[in-house]
Amino acid sequence: MNKRIVITGVGLTSPIGNNLEEMRKNLLEGKSGITLEDIRYMGKRPAGLCDFDEYKYQKKKTRRRGTRAGSIAIYCANEALEDAKIDLSSVDKSKVGVFLGLTEHGNVETEEEIFQLHENNLDYNLWSIHHNPRTVANSPAGEVTLNLGITGPHFTVGSACAGGNMGLIQGVQQILLGEVETALCGGVSESPQTFGIFAAFNSQGALGSHDDVTKASRPLCKTRNGIAISEGGCVYHIETLESAEKRNAKIYGEIVGYAYNSDASDFVLPNTQRQTQCMLKALDRAQLKPNDINIVNLHATGTVMGDINEVQAVKEIFDNHENTYVNFTKGHIGHSMGAAGALELAGNLPSFEDGMIHPGINVEEVDPECSMSNLVINTAKETNTVDYILNNSFGMLGINSSVIIKKV
Amino acid sequence: MSNVDVKQIVLDIIADVAPDEELDGLNAGESLRDQLDLDSMDFLDIVMELRKRHKVEVPSEDYPRLATLDSCVEYLTPKFA
Repeated sequence: MNKRIVITGVGLTSPIGNNLEEMRKNLLEGKSGITLEDIRYMGKRPAGLCDFDEYKYQKKKTRRRGTRAGSIAIYCANEALEDAKIDLSSVDKSKVGVFLGLTEHGNVETEEEIFQLHENNLDYNLWSIHHNPRTVANSPAGEVTLNLGITGPHFTVGSACAGGNMGLIQGVQQILLGEVETALCGGVSESPQTFGIFAAFNSQGALGSHDDVTKASRPLCKTRNGIAISEGGCVYHIETLESAEKRNAKIYGEIVGYAYNSDASDFVLPNTQRQTQCMLKALDRAQLKPNDINIVNLHATGTVMGDINEVQAVKEIFDNHENTYVNFTKGHIGHSMGAAGALELAGNLPSFEDGMIHPGINVEEVDPECSMSNLVINTAKETNTVDYILNNSFGMLGINSSVIIKKV
Repeated sequence: MSNVDVKQIVLDIIADVAPDEELDGLNAGESLRDQLDLDSMDFLDIVMELRKRHKVEVPSEDYPRLATLDSCVEYLTPKFA
């Protein structure tokens, strides 16, 4: 890459914390944020919700006009700027970009309007005037620019559950292209607000459950039975290393590698070979060998086939490398869809400082088909040093993404 | 319905449409937009809430009649009769 690009701010909300410190503590302690929630038409189901203060950075009116995804994005973007110690009033706001990954957008508003339409005897004259601005695909990123007065480019990256990684990658690419000097980038999800996603996973037989709701999401476990749907968001402030050093900023890590590709094989089932190719491409871009990577964060959603396919892909590259540990995050926070990639990467970033690797939790017995060397399961692992993290994030229609972060 | 009742209906709707605004000191004869942070979408929202909650229609050519609290009351009261 012709510029070195670093992360200098992290803003997040997740079912186990509304900032990185809180989330990290709960990751290391193995705490689950999954609870039973009322889902329209379906009753109580496991879900992961966030409890950040929506009005910390947003007026009530704009919250009323906007979307939950937009509200999550606004909170995370403001937190990222605060964390990066950026005062936007002293920045050329036309040189700042906002790029957010999404799994889906518009389902929440459309379902609600259709529900109200039936409540109102199909009187379409009562359809909300806010429906269109809420459901356009750029909405959450656009809400951030409105909130912060940012006049640089904004858009969302529709990339299913690879969204969090893809938003970050887009930010990097826009800086490399010279379109922006800094970017607020990552991913957001409002998916638990829409019953259709629960119903669809239920119909697929892929909605996770357990008598103990905190174990509804248990990737790699022999008894896993699907995903727990979560909301959340994670927005990074990124800039060039030169700019970060000039202003003496705290640097979380350098984005040294990334890759994305397509399976071209199935609407929902992942493709092991393409996932392997994606990770190898990221390693190649970073000019690293597999043994250089200290943590691989699995996408691992807790579906039967998804976990097997991904572990096979990771094993092909990383099995039996003594310095490479493998963990996952969805046991703690469920599947935060478009936010997952960015949130899960954030959860591992403090490892550069403390050398600890948080575990993947809720594994009663590892599925033999998901077994590999150096899995960090149920208990955190202490290591001497963590220098590189590889973060996987994959999505439906066969979209794969891998990001590699280096300790600086 | 009395003028006082209609005024309260309008205030209740504005309170929901513009929840950050302080409505206690409103001058009823002055433009709402001069006193409150309201834009065109807010007025469309007010019209929608009148339709939804009270089945009162305000055609677009009459939107200027909603400029002040007094003009709202004068225009809307007959529609609540």
